[in-house]
Amino acid sequence: MTQRPPTTAILKAAMDRLMPLHLLLDAKGRITGCGPTLAKLPGGGDLIGRSLFAAFDLRRPAGMATMSDLRAHQGEKLRLMLRGQALRGLAVSTGKGMMINLSFGIGVVDAVRANDLTDGDFAPTDLAIEMMYLVEAKAAAMNALRGLAQRLEGDKQQAQAQALTDTLTGLRNRRALSLALDELMRAQTSFALMHIDLDFFKSVNDTLGHAAGDHVLQVVAEVLQRETRGQDTVARVGGDEFVVVFSDMTERSRLEGIARRIIAELSKPMDFMGQACRISASIGITMSTHYEQPDADRMQTDADEALYASKRAGRGQAQFYKPDGDRRRA
Amino acid sequence: MHGVINRSIQCFIQDTYGAASWGAVAARAELKVPGFEAMLTYDDALTDRVINAGTQVLGRTRETLLEDLGHYLVSHDTLTSLRRLLRFSGVNFSDFVNSLEELPDRGRLALPNLDMPELELTDHGQGQFTLHCTAPLQGVGFILVGLLRAMADDYGALVLLDHLGTEAGGEVISIQIADQSFNTARPFSLGLAGA
Repeated sequence: MTQRPPTTAILKAAMDRLMPLHLLLDAKGRITGCGPTLAKLPGGGDLIGRSLFAAFDLRRPAGMATMSDLRAHQGEKLRLMLRGQALRGLAVSTGKGMMINLSFGIGVVDAVRANDLTDGDFAPTDLAIEMMYLVEAKAAAMNALRGLAQRLEGDKQQAQAQALTDTLTGLRNRRALSLALDELMRAQTSFALMHIDLDFFKSVNDTLGHAAGDHVLQVVAEVLQRETRGQDTVARVGGDEFVVVFSDMTERSRLEGIARRIIAELSKPMDFMGQACRISASIGITMSTHYEQPDADRMQTDADEALYASKRAGRGQAQFYKPDGDRRRA
Repeated sequence: MHGVINRSIQCFIQDTYGAASWGAVAARAELKVPGFEAMLTYDDALTDRVINAGTQVLGRTRETLLEDLGHYLVSHDTLTSLRRLLRFSGVNFSDFVNSLEELPDRGRLALPNLDMPELELTDHGQGQFTLHCTAPLQGVGFILVGLLRAMADDYGALVLLDHLGTEAGGEVISIQIADQSFNTARPFSLGLAGA
């Protein structure tokens, strides 16, 4: 004679496996049964015997305080809280009592982490584990994408910096100069433009070689940076040609002083592996205040003209462009 | 080919044989970039070129190189995310094997344009399975053998794996689960990563 377990025990075992987050309620709303996963949650261990309405905060639909309220919302989506854990559920009648099946909904990921839930805490029909997988897969993919974006951003900044820099001297290049001039025009800032051409550079290159020439250009770059301010644009625009743009500076005497110091510094012999390289510089200067409507190309041509006047007058000097054609020696 | 695959091959060669070996493989494969980006897409032919260069530079057969690659993907510390993602497929090795046909879909859930082999599993009873896999990449079955071997270790299962060659345009692997809980499984918690 075999002894069968009572029907309620079979039913309870089936419900625990099929719906590990369920609640059974008697006619008065007292909890008579509770799924094993629900029992693992904070506040879920001592549910049996308590009233549903005391143990849970029934959020929506609003105003549910008795079993007849709950019956009225049978079949609707319920939103309730158990000690800060949001749950959603569905209540159905079991005759005199009711049964509620619950789920974590979108909060499943946090609930699994917070309560250390495992595969066995969910029915195999539940997609909770797939949800966990998806969240982790997404995080890994997002991480990889973020890393890629950061590397690309770094490359882009480097490429942009390189696109505006003269690689030999580290000064700005012609493109950067034209951007700086555009910006000054746009902002209508007054400025001076100084065109510098090295004297005797070709003979250094020809007699001491290109390495000496490169060294001279690097020394020139250092001098120009030292003799100018941080907000000025110092650019190498050709083999031995440089342009300095002084923003917000149109005082002739200050510009004369700077030009003189640059020429004096560049006229000192530069040592390259024991050999003395001797150069000098000719300079032409113009100022935005000479023009009603300053134009970058026009100003560069005028500074160039003043520069060649310096060359013709014997090199190693600076001249200002004079709108009326009368040039004055600095 | 999805960059994550090329990138995995690169990491495998770098971590196993050193950066200089990877440099030699990349040069032999005539790569125009120093390395692969996991989230970009590359020409399919490039993957094969890298594998061929790998066999030549490292002096390994294609079979052993790909099997080692598969094992590396799961067992190496720098790629713990893949081991974890695979562990979501089953609570034990038998469960994992039974869900192998889902693997392509799982892969594409993570990376929508991921190239995955087509997998077909036949259960012969008593822990004996055959896995039929079809993919453009020749030798993909060896990657799977290495991957399954590493996953069996992870689950603590004693498993016999064998590549049986090709059949009907695909590669066939035999899987014999001798002891499901031969060793202690490496710990796995559903909510561990990023918590």
